[in-house]
Amino acid sequence: MSPLAVVGYYEPWWIQLLKGVVIFAVVFQLVPVALLAERKLLGRFQHRYGPNRVGPFGALQPMADIGKLLFKQQFRPRTSIGWLFALAPAISMLTAVATIAIIPFSNTVDIFGTQVGLYGVDPSIGILFAFAFGAIAFYGLMLGGWASGSKYSFLGAMRSAAQLISYEVAQGLSLVGVVMMAESLSLTRIVEAQEDLAFIVPQFVGFVIFLVAGFAETNRPPFDLPEADAELVGGYNTEYGGGRFAAYFAAEYLNIVVVSLLAVTLFLGGWNLPFVDPPTWVDPFVVLAKMLFFVFLFIWVRATLPRLRYDQLMSLGWKIFLPLATLNALVTAILVVSF
Amino acid sequence: MADRWTPGDDVIAVQRAPSPSAAGGAYRAFGATLKGLKTTFARYVEGPQTIQYPEEKTPVFPRFRGRHKLHRFEDTGLEKCVGCSLCAAACPADCIRVVAAENTPENRVSAGERYAAVYEINLSRCIFCGYCEIACPFDAITMGHDYEMSDYNRSDLIFTKEMLLAEPLDRTPLRNADE
Repeated sequence: MSPLAVVGYYEPWWIQLLKGVVIFAVVFQLVPVALLAERKLLGRFQHRYGPNRVGPFGALQPMADIGKLLFKQQFRPRTSIGWLFALAPAISMLTAVATIAIIPFSNTVDIFGTQVGLYGVDPSIGILFAFAFGAIAFYGLMLGGWASGSKYSFLGAMRSAAQLISYEVAQGLSLVGVVMMAESLSLTRIVEAQEDLAFIVPQFVGFVIFLVAGFAETNRPPFDLPEADAELVGGYNTEYGGGRFAAYFAAEYLNIVVVSLLAVTLFLGGWNLPFVDPPTWVDPFVVLAKMLFFVFLFIWVRATLPRLRYDQLMSLGWKIFLPLATLNALVTAILVVSF
Repeated sequence: MADRWTPGDDVIAVQRAPSPSAAGGAYRAFGATLKGLKTTFARYVEGPQTIQYPEEKTPVFPRFRGRHKLHRFEDTGLEKCVGCSLCAAACPADCIRVVAAENTPENRVSAGERYAAVYEINLSRCIFCGYCEIACPFDAITMGHDYEMSDYNRSDLIFTKEMLLAEPLDRTPLRNADE
Protein backbone atom coordinates (compact mmCIF):
# COMPACT_ATOMS: atom_id res chain seq x y z
CA MET A 1 0.00 0.00 0.00
CA SER A 2 1.37 3.35 -0.95
CA PRO A 3 1.33 6.04 1.75
CA LEU A 4 -1.28 8.74 1.50
CA ALA A 5 1.21 11.48 2.16
CA VAL A 6 4.81 11.35 1.10
CA VAL A 7 7.12 13.18 3.47
CA GLY A 8 9.57 15.25 1.51
CA TYR A 9 12.58 14.99 3.75
CA TYR A 10 13.63 12.44 6.36
CA GLU A 11 15.63 13.08 9.49
CA PRO A 12 16.88 10.89 12.34
CA TRP A 13 14.18 10.19 14.92
CA TRP A 14 15.88 12.17 17.66
CA ILE A 15 15.98 15.30 15.55
CA GLN A 16 12.29 14.92 14.85
CA LEU A 17 11.59 14.50 18.55
CA LEU A 18 13.67 17.55 19.43
CA LYS A 19 12.01 19.61 16.72
CA GLY A 20 8.59 18.58 17.94
CA VAL A 21 9.35 19.65 21.50
CA VAL A 22 10.92 22.96 20.48
CA ILE A 23 8.18 23.95 18.05
CA PHE A 24 5.45 22.98 20.50
CA ALA A 25 7.15 24.83 23.34
CA VAL A 26 7.64 28.00 21.29
CA VAL A 27 4.19 28.09 19.76
CA PHE A 28 2.46 27.14 23.01
CA GLN A 29 4.19 30.07 24.71
CA LEU A 30 2.34 32.29 22.27
CA VAL A 31 -1.01 31.38 23.82
CA PRO A 32 -0.53 33.40 27.03
CA VAL A 33 1.11 36.11 24.93
CA ALA A 34 -1.97 36.27 22.69
CA LEU A 35 -4.21 36.20 25.75
CA LEU A 36 -2.44 39.11 27.39
CA ALA A 37 -2.06 40.99 24.11
CA GLU A 38 -5.77 40.68 23.52
CA ARG A 39 -6.73 42.14 26.88
CA LYS A 40 -4.11 44.88 26.79
CA LEU A 41 -4.78 45.90 23.20
CA LEU A 42 -8.55 45.83 23.65
CA GLY A 43 -7.96 48.21 26.53
CA ARG A 44 -5.83 50.51 24.41
CA PHE A 45 -8.45 50.51 21.68
CA GLN A 46 -10.95 51.68 24.28
CA HIS A 47 -8.75 54.34 25.89
CA ARG A 48 -7.92 52.04 28.81
CA TYR A 49 -4.73 50.37 30.04
CA GLY A 50 -6.02 46.83 30.29
CA PRO A 51 -4.70 44.55 33.04
CA ASN A 52 -1.62 46.08 34.66
CA ARG A 53 -1.77 44.98 38.28
CA VAL A 54 -0.52 41.39 38.26
CA GLY A 55 3.23 41.37 37.87
CA PRO A 56 5.20 43.95 35.89
CA PHE A 57 2.88 45.60 33.32
CA GLY A 58 0.28 42.92 34.06
CA ALA A 59 2.51 40.29 32.48
CA LEU A 60 1.39 37.60 34.93
CA GLN A 61 -2.30 38.13 34.20
CA PRO A 62 -2.61 35.06 31.91
CA MET A 63 -0.95 32.95 34.62
CA ALA A 64 -3.48 34.24 37.12
CA ASP A 65 -6.36 33.57 34.74
CA ILE A 66 -5.28 30.03 33.93
CA GLY A 67 -4.35 29.30 37.54
CA LYS A 68 -7.77 30.39 38.70
CA LEU A 69 -9.49 28.19 36.10
CA LEU A 70 -7.37 25.14 36.92
CA PHE A 71 -8.09 25.30 40.65
CA LYS A 72 -11.83 25.39 40.17
CA GLN A 73 -14.01 22.40 40.93
CA GLN A 74 -14.69 20.10 38.00
CA PHE A 75 -18.42 19.62 37.77
CA ARG A 76 -20.71 18.41 35.07
CA PRO A 77 -24.47 18.07 34.60
CA ARG A 78 -26.06 14.80 35.71
CA THR A 79 -27.34 14.20 32.16
CA SER A 80 -23.90 14.54 30.56
CA ILE A 81 -21.87 11.71 29.11
CA GLY A 82 -18.79 11.70 31.30
CA TRP A 83 -15.95 10.44 29.12
CA LEU A 84 -17.12 12.31 26.03
CA PHE A 85 -17.57 15.44 28.10
CA ALA A 86 -13.94 15.16 29.20
CA LEU A 87 -12.67 14.14 25.75
CA ALA A 88 -14.20 16.99 23.71
CA PRO A 89 -11.94 19.82 24.96
CA ALA A 90 -8.96 17.54 24.44
CA ILE A 91 -9.99 17.09 20.79
CA SER A 92 -10.20 20.85 20.36
CA MET A 93 -6.77 21.25 21.89
CA LEU A 94 -5.23 18.42 19.85
CA THR A 95 -6.48 19.65 16.49
CA ALA A 96 -5.26 23.14 17.23
CA VAL A 97 -1.79 21.85 18.11
CA ALA A 98 -1.58 19.38 15.23
CA THR A 99 -1.63 21.99 12.48
CA ILE A 100 1.48 23.64 13.92
CA ALA A 101 3.44 20.58 12.81
CA ILE A 102 3.32 21.55 9.14
CA ILE A 103 4.08 25.26 9.49
CA PRO A 104 7.54 25.89 8.00
CA PHE A 105 9.68 28.35 9.94
CA SER A 106 12.52 28.05 7.48
CA ASN A 107 13.84 25.74 4.80
CA THR A 108 16.23 22.88 5.54
CA VAL A 109 19.22 24.38 7.28
CA ASP A 110 22.66 23.10 8.16
CA ILE A 111 23.01 22.79 11.94
CA PHE A 112 26.46 21.43 12.99
CA GLY A 113 26.73 19.44 9.78
CA THR A 114 23.23 17.94 10.02
CA GLN A 115 20.52 18.90 7.59
CA VAL A 116 17.46 19.92 9.60
CA GLY A 117 14.19 21.22 8.22
CA LEU A 118 12.81 23.93 10.48
CA TYR A 119 9.30 22.54 10.46
CA GLY A 120 7.60 19.61 12.14
CA VAL A 121 6.87 17.60 9.04
CA ASP A 122 6.57 18.55 5.41
CA PRO A 123 3.96 16.18 4.02
CA SER A 124 3.19 16.33 0.32
CA ILE A 125 -0.48 16.92 1.11
CA GLY A 126 0.46 20.13 2.97
CA ILE A 127 -2.62 22.29 3.25
CA LEU A 128 -4.95 19.29 3.21
CA PHE A 129 -3.38 18.25 6.51
CA ALA A 130 -4.43 21.57 8.01
CA PHE A 131 -7.93 21.23 6.64
CA ALA A 132 -8.24 17.66 7.84
CA PHE A 133 -7.51 18.76 11.38
CA GLY A 134 -9.72 21.79 10.92
CA ALA A 135 -12.54 19.41 10.11
CA ILE A 136 -11.82 17.33 13.21
CA ALA A 137 -11.80 20.51 15.33
CA PHE A 138 -15.49 20.69 14.60
CA TYR A 139 -15.94 17.44 16.57
CA GLY A 140 -14.39 19.09 19.59
CA LEU A 141 -17.13 21.68 19.59
CA MET A 142 -19.94 19.40 18.51
CA LEU A 143 -19.20 16.59 20.97
CA GLY A 144 -18.67 19.11 23.74
CA GLY A 145 -22.13 20.55 23.21
CA TRP A 146 -23.77 17.21 22.72
CA ALA A 147 -22.12 15.38 25.63
CA SER A 148 -23.09 18.19 28.00
CA GLY A 149 -26.60 16.79 28.08
CA SER A 150 -28.09 20.27 28.02
CA LYS A 151 -30.35 21.53 25.26
CA TYR A 152 -28.75 24.97 25.28
CA SER A 153 -25.29 23.50 24.85
CA PHE A 154 -26.65 21.31 22.08
CA LEU A 155 -28.25 24.23 20.26
CA GLY A 156 -25.01 26.16 20.64
CA ALA A 157 -23.08 23.24 19.22
CA MET A 158 -25.41 23.07 16.23
CA ARG A 159 -24.92 26.76 15.65
CA SER A 160 -21.13 26.39 15.78
CA ALA A 161 -21.19 23.34 13.54
CA ALA A 162 -23.20 25.13 10.85
CA GLN A 163 -20.81 28.07 10.98
CA LEU A 164 -17.66 25.97 10.84
CA ILE A 165 -18.88 23.87 7.93
CA SER A 166 -20.04 26.91 5.95
CA TYR A 167 -16.76 28.73 6.22
CA GLU A 168 -14.54 25.71 5.79
CA VAL A 169 -15.82 25.42 2.21
CA ALA A 170 -14.99 29.02 1.35
CA GLN A 171 -11.67 28.81 3.15
CA GLY A 172 -10.67 25.70 1.23
CA LEU A 173 -11.66 27.18 -2.11
CA SER A 174 -9.81 30.40 -1.41
CA LEU A 175 -6.55 28.47 -1.27
CA VAL A 176 -7.02 26.74 -4.61
CA GLY A 177 -5.57 29.78 -6.34
CA VAL A 178 -2.48 29.69 -4.14
CA VAL A 179 -1.99 25.99 -4.75
CA MET A 180 -2.29 26.44 -8.50
CA MET A 181 0.22 29.26 -8.56
CA ALA A 182 2.71 27.36 -6.40
CA GLU A 183 1.98 24.10 -8.25
CA SER A 184 2.31 22.24 -4.98
CA LEU A 185 0.36 21.52 -1.79
CA SER A 186 3.51 21.35 0.32
CA LEU A 187 3.86 24.44 2.48
CA THR A 188 7.63 24.74 2.01
CA ARG A 189 7.15 24.65 -1.79
CA ILE A 190 4.44 27.32 -1.46
CA VAL A 191 6.76 29.56 0.54
CA GLU A 192 9.58 29.02 -1.96
CA ALA A 193 7.23 29.99 -4.78
CA GLN A 194 6.76 33.36 -3.02
CA GLU A 195 10.42 34.27 -3.06
CA ASP A 196 9.91 37.05 -5.61
CA LEU A 197 6.35 38.11 -4.87
CA ALA A 198 4.19 37.20 -1.88
CA PHE A 199 0.87 35.68 -2.90
CA ILE A 200 -1.03 38.46 -1.15
CA VAL A 201 -0.54 40.58 -4.28
CA PRO A 202 -1.78 38.26 -7.06
CA GLN A 203 -4.18 36.41 -4.75
CA PHE A 204 -5.62 39.37 -2.85
CA VAL A 205 -9.20 38.17 -3.15
CA GLY A 206 -8.16 34.74 -1.94
CA PHE A 207 -6.32 36.37 0.96
CA VAL A 208 -9.36 38.37 2.06
CA ILE A 209 -11.60 35.32 1.84
CA PHE A 210 -9.10 33.18 3.72
CA LEU A 211 -8.74 35.78 6.45
CA VAL A 212 -12.47 36.36 6.93
CA ALA A 213 -13.14 32.63 6.86
CA GLY A 214 -10.28 32.27 9.34
CA PHE A 215 -12.06 34.66 11.69
CA ALA A 216 -15.16 32.53 11.35
CA GLU A 217 -13.26 29.26 11.83
CA THR A 218 -11.64 30.45 15.04
CA ASN A 219 -14.96 31.79 16.37
CA ARG A 220 -13.50 35.24 16.70
CA PRO A 221 -15.52 38.45 16.61
CA PRO A 222 -17.30 39.49 14.43
CA PHE A 223 -18.12 35.81 13.93
CA ASP A 224 -18.18 34.74 17.57
CA LEU A 225 -21.74 33.47 17.40
CA PRO A 226 -20.83 30.15 19.05
CA GLU A 227 -20.18 32.13 22.23
CA ALA A 228 -21.89 35.49 21.64
CA ASP A 229 -21.14 36.44 25.23
CA ALA A 230 -23.14 39.65 25.09
CA GLU A 231 -26.34 38.05 23.86
CA LEU A 232 -26.43 34.40 24.93
CA VAL A 233 -25.35 32.45 27.97
CA GLY A 234 -22.80 30.72 25.83
CA GLY A 235 -22.75 28.04 23.20
CA TYR A 236 -21.31 24.56 23.18
CA ASN A 237 -19.23 25.44 26.25
CA THR A 238 -22.11 26.54 28.50
CA GLU A 239 -21.73 23.60 30.88
CA TYR A 240 -17.95 23.73 30.98
CA GLY A 241 -15.94 25.22 33.79
CA GLY A 242 -12.50 25.00 35.33
CA GLY A 243 -9.74 23.15 33.54
CA ARG A 244 -11.88 21.88 30.70
CA PHE A 245 -13.07 25.35 29.93
CA ALA A 246 -9.45 26.46 30.08
CA ALA A 247 -8.68 23.85 27.42
CA TYR A 248 -11.36 25.27 25.11
CA PHE A 249 -10.10 28.74 25.89
CA ALA A 250 -6.50 27.85 25.14
CA ALA A 251 -7.59 26.04 21.95
CA GLU A 252 -9.29 29.22 20.76
CA TYR A 253 -6.14 31.26 21.18
CA LEU A 254 -4.01 28.50 19.73
CA ASN A 255 -6.34 28.53 16.71
CA ILE A 256 -5.71 32.24 16.29
CA VAL A 257 -1.98 31.58 16.30
CA VAL A 258 -2.38 28.70 13.84
CA VAL A 259 -4.56 30.64 11.39
CA SER A 260 -2.11 33.54 11.61
CA LEU A 261 0.78 31.20 10.87
CA LEU A 262 -1.11 29.69 7.94
CA ALA A 263 -1.90 33.12 6.54
CA VAL A 264 1.77 34.09 6.86
CA THR A 265 2.88 30.91 5.13
CA LEU A 266 0.33 30.98 2.35
CA PHE A 267 0.03 34.67 1.56
CA LEU A 268 2.81 36.69 3.18
CA GLY A 269 5.70 34.61 1.90
CA GLY A 270 6.60 32.82 5.13
CA TRP A 271 10.22 33.50 5.97
CA ASN A 272 10.85 35.59 2.83
CA LEU A 273 11.26 39.31 3.18
CA PRO A 274 10.92 41.74 0.28
CA PHE A 275 14.10 43.61 -0.85
CA VAL A 276 16.35 42.15 1.87
CA ASP A 277 17.90 38.73 2.21
CA PRO A 278 18.75 38.14 5.88
CA PRO A 279 20.80 35.16 7.10
CA THR A 280 18.97 31.90 7.65
CA TRP A 281 18.83 32.10 11.44
CA VAL A 282 16.56 35.15 11.15
CA ASP A 283 13.89 33.18 9.25
CA PRO A 284 11.89 31.79 12.22
CA PHE A 285 11.78 35.27 13.76
CA VAL A 286 10.51 36.72 10.49
CA VAL A 287 7.70 34.16 10.53
CA LEU A 288 6.87 34.90 14.16
CA ALA A 289 6.93 38.66 13.60
CA LYS A 290 4.57 38.39 10.66
CA MET A 291 2.37 36.13 12.77
CA LEU A 292 2.22 38.68 15.57
CA PHE A 293 0.95 41.20 13.05
CA PHE A 294 -1.96 38.89 12.28
CA VAL A 295 -2.63 38.33 15.98
CA PHE A 296 -2.78 42.11 16.30
CA LEU A 297 -5.18 42.22 13.37
CA PHE A 298 -7.44 39.65 15.05
CA ILE A 299 -7.64 41.82 18.16
CA TRP A 300 -7.98 45.01 16.16
CA VAL A 301 -10.95 43.61 14.27
CA ARG A 302 -12.49 42.41 17.52
CA ALA A 303 -12.28 45.95 18.87
CA THR A 304 -13.89 47.32 15.71
CA LEU A 305 -16.65 45.23 14.21
CA PRO A 306 -19.98 44.34 15.81
CA ARG A 307 -21.22 40.76 15.76
CA LEU A 308 -23.12 39.59 12.70
CA ARG A 309 -26.69 38.37 12.86
CA TYR A 310 -26.95 34.63 12.26
CA ASP A 311 -28.67 34.87 8.86
CA GLN A 312 -26.12 37.48 7.79
CA LEU A 313 -23.37 35.07 8.79
CA MET A 314 -24.85 32.30 6.68
CA SER A 315 -25.57 34.43 3.63
CA LEU A 316 -22.11 35.96 3.80
CA GLY A 317 -20.54 32.52 3.80
CA TRP A 318 -22.66 30.84 1.17
CA LYS A 319 -23.83 33.68 -1.07
CA ILE A 320 -20.76 35.90 -1.18
CA PHE A 321 -17.61 34.09 -0.16
CA LEU A 322 -18.30 30.76 -1.78
CA PRO A 323 -19.06 32.21 -5.27
CA LEU A 324 -16.23 34.70 -4.87
CA ALA A 325 -13.75 31.97 -3.96
CA THR A 326 -14.94 29.85 -6.87
CA LEU A 327 -14.59 32.76 -9.25
CA ASN A 328 -11.14 33.49 -7.85
CA ALA A 329 -10.08 29.89 -8.42
CA LEU A 330 -11.53 29.97 -11.94
CA VAL A 331 -9.81 33.20 -12.95
CA THR A 332 -6.52 32.03 -11.45
CA ALA A 333 -6.79 28.74 -13.33
CA ILE A 334 -7.35 30.53 -16.63
CA LEU A 335 -4.44 32.89 -16.02
CA VAL A 336 -2.09 30.14 -14.85
CA VAL A 337 -2.86 28.00 -17.86
CA SER A 338 -2.65 30.81 -20.41
CA PHE A 339 0.64 32.32 -19.18
CA MET B 1 -64.31 52.00 6.44
CA ALA B 2 -65.28 55.58 6.09
CA ASP B 3 -63.76 56.70 9.35
CA ARG B 4 -60.36 55.28 8.57
CA TRP B 5 -57.49 57.58 9.37
CA THR B 6 -55.85 59.05 6.33
CA PRO B 7 -52.38 60.42 6.73
CA GLY B 8 -53.05 63.43 4.52
CA ASP B 9 -50.39 66.10 4.71
CA ASP B 10 -48.51 64.38 7.54
CA VAL B 11 -46.90 61.98 5.10
CA ILE B 12 -43.18 62.41 4.76
CA ALA B 13 -41.70 60.63 1.77
CA VAL B 14 -38.29 59.27 2.70
CA GLN B 15 -35.76 59.47 -0.07
CA ARG B 16 -33.51 56.46 -0.01
CA ALA B 17 -30.43 55.92 -2.08
CA PRO B 18 -30.69 53.05 -4.57
CA SER B 19 -29.53 49.79 -3.02
CA PRO B 20 -26.00 49.07 -4.18
CA SER B 21 -25.19 46.47 -6.75
CA ALA B 22 -23.26 43.34 -5.80
CA ALA B 23 -19.93 44.93 -6.61
CA GLY B 24 -20.97 48.24 -5.11
CA GLY B 25 -22.15 46.52 -1.95
CA ALA B 26 -18.92 44.58 -1.59
CA TYR B 27 -16.91 47.74 -2.15
CA ARG B 28 -19.01 49.57 0.40
CA ALA B 29 -18.71 46.80 2.99
CA PHE B 30 -14.95 46.62 2.47
CA GLY B 31 -14.58 50.38 2.64
CA ALA B 32 -16.74 50.64 5.73
CA THR B 33 -14.69 47.95 7.44
CA LEU B 34 -11.46 49.77 6.68
CA LYS B 35 -12.99 53.00 7.95
CA GLY B 36 -13.97 51.26 11.17
CA LEU B 37 -10.47 49.86 11.59
CA LYS B 38 -9.05 53.33 11.07
CA THR B 39 -11.38 54.74 13.71
CA THR B 40 -10.39 52.22 16.37
CA PHE B 41 -6.71 52.57 15.53
CA ALA B 42 -6.96 56.32 16.01
CA ARG B 43 -8.28 55.59 19.54
CA TYR B 44 -5.26 53.35 20.08
CA VAL B 45 -2.89 56.12 19.04
CA GLU B 46 -4.55 58.61 21.37
CA GLY B 47 -3.52 56.49 24.31
CA PRO B 48 -5.30 55.62 27.55
CA GLN B 49 -7.33 58.25 29.33
CA THR B 50 -7.37 56.30 32.57
CA ILE B 51 -6.42 58.00 35.82
CA GLN B 52 -4.82 55.23 37.88
CA TYR B 53 -6.74 56.20 40.96
CA PRO B 54 -4.92 55.18 44.08
CA GLU B 55 -1.64 56.33 42.58
CA GLU B 56 -2.90 59.26 40.55
CA LYS B 57 -5.68 61.47 41.81
CA THR B 58 -8.06 63.79 40.08
CA PRO B 59 -7.23 67.33 41.16
CA VAL B 60 -10.14 69.07 42.87
CA PHE B 61 -11.30 72.63 42.40
CA PRO B 62 -10.47 75.17 45.15
CA ARG B 63 -14.11 75.35 46.18
CA PHE B 64 -14.49 71.58 46.36
CA ARG B 65 -16.28 70.63 49.57
CA GLY B 66 -14.41 67.80 51.21
CA ARG B 67 -13.73 66.88 54.80
CA HIS B 68 -14.05 69.73 57.34
CA LYS B 69 -11.15 71.47 58.97
CA LEU B 70 -11.07 73.48 62.20
CA HIS B 71 -8.65 76.37 62.35
CA ARG B 72 -6.42 78.14 64.84
CA PHE B 73 -5.11 81.68 64.80
CA GLU B 74 -1.70 81.49 63.24
CA ASP B 75 -0.08 84.07 65.57
CA THR B 76 -1.45 83.04 68.98
CA GLY B 77 -2.23 79.40 68.28
CA LEU B 78 -5.66 79.82 69.87
CA GLU B 79 -8.65 78.03 68.36
CA LYS B 80 -10.96 80.15 66.28
CA CYS B 81 -14.02 78.21 67.38
CA VAL B 82 -15.86 79.86 70.27
CA GLY B 83 -18.38 77.07 70.77
CA CYS B 84 -21.43 79.04 69.60
CA SER B 85 -23.07 75.97 67.98
CA LEU B 86 -24.31 77.96 64.98
CA CYS B 87 -22.82 75.30 62.71
CA ALA B 88 -24.76 72.62 64.54
CA ALA B 89 -27.91 74.69 64.17
CA ALA B 90 -27.32 75.20 60.46
CA CYS B 91 -26.52 71.57 59.77
CA PRO B 92 -29.43 69.96 57.85
CA ALA B 93 -28.11 66.47 58.53
CA ASP B 94 -27.71 67.18 62.22
CA CYS B 95 -24.24 65.67 62.32
CA ILE B 96 -22.35 68.28 64.37
CA ARG B 97 -22.23 68.13 68.16
CA VAL B 98 -20.75 71.03 70.09
CA VAL B 99 -20.41 71.25 73.87
CA ALA B 100 -19.08 74.62 74.96
CA ALA B 101 -17.05 75.46 78.06
CA GLU B 102 -15.83 78.73 79.60
CA ASN B 103 -12.30 79.92 78.98
CA THR B 104 -10.41 80.64 82.19
CA PRO B 105 -7.14 82.59 82.52
CA GLU B 106 -5.38 79.33 83.41
CA ASN B 107 -6.90 77.40 80.57
CA ARG B 108 -7.31 79.62 77.55
CA VAL B 109 -8.25 77.63 74.48
CA SER B 110 -10.02 80.04 72.16
CA ALA B 111 -9.93 83.76 71.50
CA GLY B 112 -13.51 84.32 72.68
CA GLU B 113 -15.34 83.97 75.99
CA ARG B 114 -16.07 80.29 75.51
CA TYR B 115 -14.55 77.44 73.59
CA ALA B 116 -15.71 74.09 72.21
CA ALA B 117 -14.90 71.44 74.78
CA VAL B 118 -16.39 68.82 72.51
CA TYR B 119 -16.59 69.26 68.77
CA GLU B 120 -17.63 66.21 66.81
CA ILE B 121 -18.71 65.76 63.21
CA ASN B 122 -20.31 62.47 62.25
CA LEU B 123 -19.02 62.13 58.70
CA SER B 124 -21.23 59.14 58.00
CA ARG B 125 -24.18 61.54 58.20
CA CYS B 126 -22.60 64.66 56.75
CA ILE B 127 -23.91 65.60 53.29
CA PHE B 128 -21.07 68.06 52.57
CA CYS B 129 -23.43 70.96 51.94
CA GLY B 130 -21.07 73.51 53.46
CA TYR B 131 -23.77 75.28 55.53
CA CYS B 132 -21.59 74.98 58.64
CA GLU B 133 -18.88 76.94 56.87
CA ILE B 134 -21.36 79.68 55.96
CA ALA B 135 -22.92 79.77 59.40
CA CYS B 136 -19.63 80.16 61.26
CA PRO B 137 -19.07 83.81 62.28
CA PHE B 138 -15.33 83.32 62.87
CA ASP B 139 -14.35 81.16 59.88
CA ALA B 140 -13.38 78.52 62.40
CA ILE B 141 -14.70 75.63 60.31
CA THR B 142 -14.12 75.32 56.59
CA MET B 143 -14.56 72.55 54.08
CA GLY B 144 -11.25 70.97 53.12
CA HIS B 145 -10.31 69.10 49.95
CA ASP B 146 -9.96 65.60 51.34
CA TYR B 147 -12.39 63.07 49.90
CA GLU B 148 -10.87 59.76 50.96
CA MET B 149 -12.81 58.96 54.09
CA SER B 150 -13.69 55.29 53.83
CA ASP B 151 -13.35 53.33 57.01
CA TYR B 152 -14.23 49.97 58.46
CA ASN B 153 -16.31 51.22 61.39
CA ARG B 154 -19.04 53.79 61.65
CA SER B 155 -17.59 54.96 64.94
CA ASP B 156 -14.30 55.72 63.20
CA LEU B 157 -16.14 58.23 61.03
CA ILE B 158 -17.03 60.43 63.99
CA PHE B 159 -14.26 63.00 63.80
CA THR B 160 -13.31 64.65 67.05
CA LYS B 161 -11.95 68.15 67.56
CA GLU B 162 -8.37 66.93 67.65
CA MET B 163 -8.76 65.16 64.33
CA LEU B 164 -10.39 68.16 62.70
CA LEU B 165 -7.78 70.54 64.07
CA ALA B 166 -4.84 68.39 63.03
CA GLU B 167 -3.06 69.44 59.87
CA PRO B 168 -4.58 67.06 57.33
CA LEU B 169 -2.30 64.86 55.25
CA ASP B 170 -1.77 66.55 51.92
CA ARG B 171 -3.42 63.80 49.95
CA THR B 172 -5.57 65.65 47.48
CA PRO B 173 -4.06 67.55 44.56
CA LEU B 174 -5.53 70.96 43.87
CA ARG B 175 -6.49 72.04 40.41
CA ASN B 176 -4.75 75.09 38.96
CA ALA B 177 -6.77 78.15 38.06
CA ASP B 178 -6.69 77.46 34.33
CA GLU B 179 -7.42 73.75 34.53
